[in-house]
Amino acid sequence: MSAVPGHSTLMDTTLQGERLAKRRARIVRERVIELVLFLAALVSVFTTVGIVYILVKESVVFFTEVPILKFLTDTQWTPLFDDAHFGIVVLLSGTLTSSAVALLIAIPLGTVIAIYLSEFARFRVREVAKPFLELLGGVPTIVYGYFALLFVTPLLQRIYPELPGFNLLSAGIVMGIMIIPYVSSISEDAMRAVPMSLREGSYAMGATRFQTAVKVVVPAAFSGIASAYILGISRAVGETMILAVAAGMQPNLTFNPLEPAATITAYIVQVALGDLPHGSIGYQTIFAAGLTLMLFTLACNIAGHMLRKTFREAY
Amino acid sequence: MAAAAPVANHAELRALIGQHKRWDAIFAVCGLLALMVGVLTFAALFVDMALDGFGRLSWDFFTSYPSRRPGQAGILSAWVGSTLVMVVTAFFAVPLGVAAGVYLEEYASKNWVTDVIEINITNLAGVPSIVYGLLALGLFVYQFGFGQSILSAGLTLALLILPVVIVATREAIRSIPQSIREGSYALGATQWQTVRYHILPYSSAGILTGVIIGMARAIGETAPIITIGALTFIAFLPPSPITSQPPFVSFEWLMSPFTVMPIQMFNWTSRPEAAFHANAAAAGFVLVIMTLAMNGLAIWLRYRLRRNIKW
Repeated sequence: MSAVPGHSTLMDTTLQGERLAKRRARIVRERVIELVLFLAALVSVFTTVGIVYILVKESVVFFTEVPILKFLTDTQWTPLFDDAHFGIVVLLSGTLTSSAVALLIAIPLGTVIAIYLSEFARFRVREVAKPFLELLGGVPTIVYGYFALLFVTPLLQRIYPELPGFNLLSAGIVMGIMIIPYVSSISEDAMRAVPMSLREGSYAMGATRFQTAVKVVVPAAFSGIASAYILGISRAVGETMILAVAAGMQPNLTFNPLEPAATITAYIVQVALGDLPHGSIGYQTIFAAGLTLMLFTLACNIAGHMLRKTFREAY
Repeated sequence: MAAAAPVANHAELRALIGQHKRWDAIFAVCGLLALMVGVLTFAALFVDMALDGFGRLSWDFFTSYPSRRPGQAGILSAWVGSTLVMVVTAFFAVPLGVAAGVYLEEYASKNWVTDVIEINITNLAGVPSIVYGLLALGLFVYQFGFGQSILSAGLTLALLILPVVIVATREAIRSIPQSIREGSYALGATQWQTVRYHILPYSSAGILTGVIIGMARAIGETAPIITIGALTFIAFLPPSPITSQPPFVSFEWLMSPFTVMPIQMFNWTSRPEAAFHANAAAAGFVLVIMTLAMNGLAIWLRYRLRRNIKW
């Protein structure tokens, strides 16, 4: 035994060294993997940076040729004519009108459905209705566009024969129905998160279901319901294909839903369908229009954030 | 006199209670009616499209190129294009989304970087899809020089559905109890081994659900793909990914011009002739069936998941 004392310690050190090296390799590998995963998570940040960079870069070129004041106050939008006018208000009016129609449908119906599913419906009804609403939200928007143009518009023309073939009304109605699932599912989640004890307190005081729903549950869930509305608004403002198909692509400064009009999104589609050379002023208008759209949805999100903060109830 | 007052009050009270209960019933009917609006719209949409498009649905419709004659036009280039774009989308969105979800749930420490990433993902989910199209037009098509190709479209849709995949991954991972991780660590596993052999397999069904929902959304997206300048009339197929010469695999198709199902449908819908509308209805019918099947599969998966897993 004592003949080879050095030998055994030598073996120990090599073994230890091997183990140490193995452990070091493992630590390095773990670090590398963490870094790779972190970079994957950063892709979403790069996406946002990319969006802002591209929109601002092209818009800056646009705004050196067209003053911002003109962009905001001009009442004509004829970027491809010789006598070019760039009044974003024209496109904005189409966007706002169609969104208003859509929200007039989506918000009341979505809220009623949410209250019904959360407070009134039996388990079975809810189990069937929720996936169904999800399917309704999953139908491609181009299909809704087809439906608006070739089913809803002829239907409305039977009631009101002067309605033009392209109009904001039918596009808005169909858009509203498309948005219902977004509004209802988020509102319902918010209502179901309201603690049972609040409802029980209300019932114990002799309130009916309807009273409890309207006077206790809805106020308690208001911050969540508000975010559902905000999401609905940004969906409506950003919706493209239904409007491009059913509302026509003619720029028209109007707040009358019975008229055809182009929205910001429909204009972008119209330009993209044509063959505009890269770097021309027409090409840059779509980025300026996109920037307007982006700022609008950003404002919605900030407003929603503030609403949530103001109305948040903690239990 | 003293006895009469309570009786009158009693009757009043009953009337009041009855009145309030009536509101209950009225509201329940309203709720059902509101639901019916959704159901009826969907039914009308489905039936209308089936009736208009049914005459066009045949084998030839799937194997013909678009044509100036509506009776001979088909969706061959559209469905091939859609399939190839979806392959590219899944190739980028699934690994990136799952990795990001794993990072945020298992690795990220609570600091401002994590906060920025999380807020950012929430905001991205609300960005209109056409804005992604503008990003792709500026970045992929011109800056990177990918052109109006399948690669550009696939990357665009991958970015678009990334938040969906990330959120689904996070939810699936969050439902795994802490004790699983502790058990794994107690046996000497590293963090990555824990993720690789426990977290990912147990959350795979939930992740799959999210991926399917994301892909169903991507396949129906029209606006961002029109924005990058996909052509609406394509009477040829992209080069085949399998070639007869070694190395037998070609990636030329990534750079090929293309069209997809929703764009083909848009093209037919925006023509004035009714015969083309029948084609649009048929293409729309195929599209709806596809997205319904995908969404239905996801819902079924989730339902089974909720029923079967008991930790």
